[in-house]
Order: sequence, then C-alpha cells, then structure tokens
Amino acid sequence: MEFEINDEEIEILLQDLLDNYGYDFTDYSRASLKRRINRLFMLDKFPSFSLFRKQIQTDSTYFRRFVEEITVNVTEMFRDPAFYRTVREEVLPVLATHPFIRIWHAGCSTGEEVYSMAIMLQEAGLLKKSLLYATDLNPGVLDRLRKGIFPLRFIKQYSENYIQSGGKEDFSRYYTAKYDWAKFDEQLAAKMVVATHNLVSDRSFNEFQLIFCRNVLIYFDRNLQDRALQLFDESLDTLGFLALGAKEQLKYSSIYKKYRQLDNKDRIWRKIT
Amino acid sequence: MAENHVKATPQLIVIGGSAGSLEVILKVIPALQLHLPVAILLVTHRKPSNDDILVDLLNTKSNWPVKEAEEKEPVLPHYIYVAPADYHLLLEKDHSFSLDVSEKVNYSRPSIDITFESAAEVYGPSLVAVLLSGANADGVEGMKRIRRLGGYCIVQDPATADVEYMPAQAIAQGVANTILSPEGIAQFINELFTAG
Ligand SMILES: C[S@@+](CC[C@H](N)C(=O)[O-])C[C@H]1O[C@@H](n2cnc3c(N)ncnc32)[C@H](O)[C@@H]1O
Repeated sequence: MEFEINDEEIEILLQDLLDNYGYDFTDYSRASLKRRINRLFMLDKFPSFSLFRKQIQTDSTYFRRFVEEITVNVTEMFRDPAFYRTVREEVLPVLATHPFIRIWHAGCSTGEEVYSMAIMLQEAGLLKKSLLYATDLNPGVLDRLRKGIFPLRFIKQYSENYIQSGGKEDFSRYYTAKYDWAKFDEQLAAKMVVATHNLVSDRSFNEFQLIFCRNVLIYFDRNLQDRALQLFDESLDTLGFLALGAKEQLKYSSIYKKYRQLDNKDRIWRKIT
Repeated sequence: MAENHVKATPQLIVIGGSAGSLEVILKVIPALQLHLPVAILLVTHRKPSNDDILVDLLNTKSNWPVKEAEEKEPVLPHYIYVAPADYHLLLEKDHSFSLDVSEKVNYSRPSIDITFESAAEVYGPSLVAVLLSGANADGVEGMKRIRRLGGYCIVQDPATADVEYMPAQAIAQGVANTILSPEGIAQFINELFTAG
C-alpha cells in the first residue's frame, strides 16, 4: 500500500477540521494520523485528494465517519488483566471508604473498559453508590456503549482476561448471548453517565476519586498530553487515583510531582497533594 | 549490482521476525561490534506478558544497551530498541517513536509491516530492514515500501530459518536486496560502517 496523501495534505485536512467543525487534531502525533487517513482514503476509494477533502468539508455525516476512523477506537474488556487486578486489590478498598464514588473514563470508546469497572464495583458491593462517567470525542462509540452489546466472538478472550484479573464469578452471568452478540446486564449501564467530551477543548466538569484515561494520550504530542493531564489533575480529588494505559507515563508532565505511582508496574498514580 | 548497495549512511536498522526469529536475534545481536553509529529496532511477534523477559535476556547477551521503545522517545544511535507487545510501533518525522493500539495487521500487533512502512517514510534511503524467520507474510508489504523509498532490505536465507515462510515470501515477491545467513547478517551490519 502506498501513502497517497502526503504530509502537506494532512495539514490541510487538519486545518479544515478546525475551521469547519472546531475539532482540533493539530496536536496529535502525525505518524498514526497519516496511516489512518491514508487507510480511510483507500477504503472509501476516493479518486483524488480534492474530492476527499470536499466530502469531509461538505458532508457532516462523512465528517463524523472521518473522525471516528482516524481516532483509533479499538478496546477490550479487562485489557491488561494485571492492571485490573491492582485496581481490584488496591484501589477499590480505598474507594469503599467514600460514601459516594465518582469515576471518570475519559476516551472510553465503546465502553468495554467501563463495563469492566462496573463489574468489579458490583463484585465489591460498591456499584450502588457509584457513578461511572463515560466520555469520548466520538458520539458513535458512545451509542454503542449505551446499548452494552458487544460481539460474542470476543467474549472468550474477555472472560479469560476477567479470570486473570482476579474475577471469581462465572463471567457469563453478566451478559445474555443472542446470535452473534452479548448484551451486558442493564444494571451495569444504569450507573453510567454518558456524554461526549473532547479532551482538547472541553473543560473539567466534576470531581472524581478515580480517573481512567487509557491508550488515548499515546495519540497526543507531549504538549497536548500535558494539557490533558492538567485537566485530570483539576478533576481529581486529593488522594484520588489516575490510571493510564500500559505504555503511558506521567513522568514528563508538569503534574508529576503531585503524584506517587503505586508500588507495582501498573500505570496507576495517586494524587498526594 | 549498483542497486544492491546501501545508498546512504544507515541511521536505523529495523529487524522484523516471527516464529523462530528469537534464536536468530540471539546470534546476530551478540556478534555486533560496539558503538556502531546506528540505532537498531526489533519488532517481533510474541505474547504480551513477555516484554521484560525479552529485554532482560537481550541485555545479558548484548554489549549494546537494550530497552523497550517508549512512546515519544527519541531514536538514538548505539541503542537496541524492542517494540512492546500489543502495540504497533511507528516512527515520527522527528525520529521519535509512536505507539498505536489500532486493529491487528496480519493477525499481529506489533505488525512488522506497519513499522517498516512508517520507518520507510521517515528514513528513506538511510533505513536498513531485516526480515527473519516466521510463519506469516508480515513485513513483505513493508519491504516493498522500503525499496520504493530507497531503503535496503536484507532477508534471512530461508534455508537457515526455522520457519521459512516469511523470508521465502519476501524473496518470492522480489523485495530482497540480499539474502543472508544469521552470521552473514551480523557481518553485513558490522561492515556497513567500515570505509570503502
Ligand atoms: C484506543 S481507544 C482507548 C479505549 C480504552 N480507554 C482502552 O484503553 O481500551 C482511544 C479513544 O480515545 C478517543 N479520543 C481520541 N481523542 C480524544 C479526545 N481529544 N477527547 C476524547 N476522546 C478522544 C477515541 O475516540 C477512542 O475512542
């Protein structure tokens, strides 16, 4: 496969998105954007860059598809089981001491991460007093989250992850299978507050004891990473927890000094001041 | 065979491998001379839980410092970087690494194709790629791109490969500049920087 859309054209598209729709991707890492944009260009068989550009500019339905395709929405339940085990064993007991628990999943995609957390809260007897705020830039993925319906073919992997994360129940009690789909228990979704939120341009909207932002910052440049982390810092209670993806770091950001990493290799930090 | 010369001073060597490649890597890496002015990046298919094990193992065998490639980290000469499992690894124009969790390609994450293609875009003729033993064709498309953008492609001699499918595919599709045994690969890299 050849890259048809060159660096200059990528910049033109990013500027268009900003001018026409107010979506700012200019502080995203370019290598992934370039690959995703070229992939979409090929997939949708555009004959030329100018037609591609025009479609994005004039057709807001296509613009939505464009944004959904260039931002990577791949996710999993109990992704990195050891991470979830740490949440279960070290974070939940602290959350349990609060009368009311608020958790923010920023960049939650289709919600597999949020359902994983809701399951763990339920098992710890904490779901009743919890709210899980699920936000993402893409309205499309959030529609899927609300339905709580995931492809059945992934469930085997998810239940293996669940067991490795320390889950003791029969995973099948959390969903009903129908044709190729697994629909998750509506009691889980009942505790989720779902809204679009853009980490580039939207502000802090509440205070939380735990914030997840996993596998989102890898797509941002260092500046934007730092801005997003400051937003999380503003939104996190003192002694609250910040959970990042398996390959994401706090150490390059300006908020680093206010946080202490938990004593294991998982990317979970506690706000100490 | 003018076209079979490395065209520019190599800045990055990307080595891709799948089933049967670890033993080759364990032959090539210890045989490298110290302080070659180039960065080496290993992209291999393996289980997510084995990240640290591979880095630790290579550190015991290599004179070069070996570390996992981290997102946004600048690519420096004299280092051997290992692509983390379960992420695609891309190169940015400013010669730093980027990670991506998008769909698997060729049933693989990291995909060798993705790293080869993105390194080709950034490094052009100063890229050398090596494709080792493996059971699928990941890496072949990437080598095509590398060739078009002036880079140099070494393919392991399938006769020396534990699983010959991957190098055999590369050769069948005509992307190899040269075909070498594991010893030959180490020697080739060592000689890249000797005058003449
Ligand atoms: C790879 S998914 C991560 C999903 C989940 N957190 C996980 O780790 O499996 C990245 C998500 O970040 C979202 N995203 C990207 N840029 C964003 C932004 N500026 N604001 C909010 N969400 C964003 C994407 O839409 C996508 O759903």
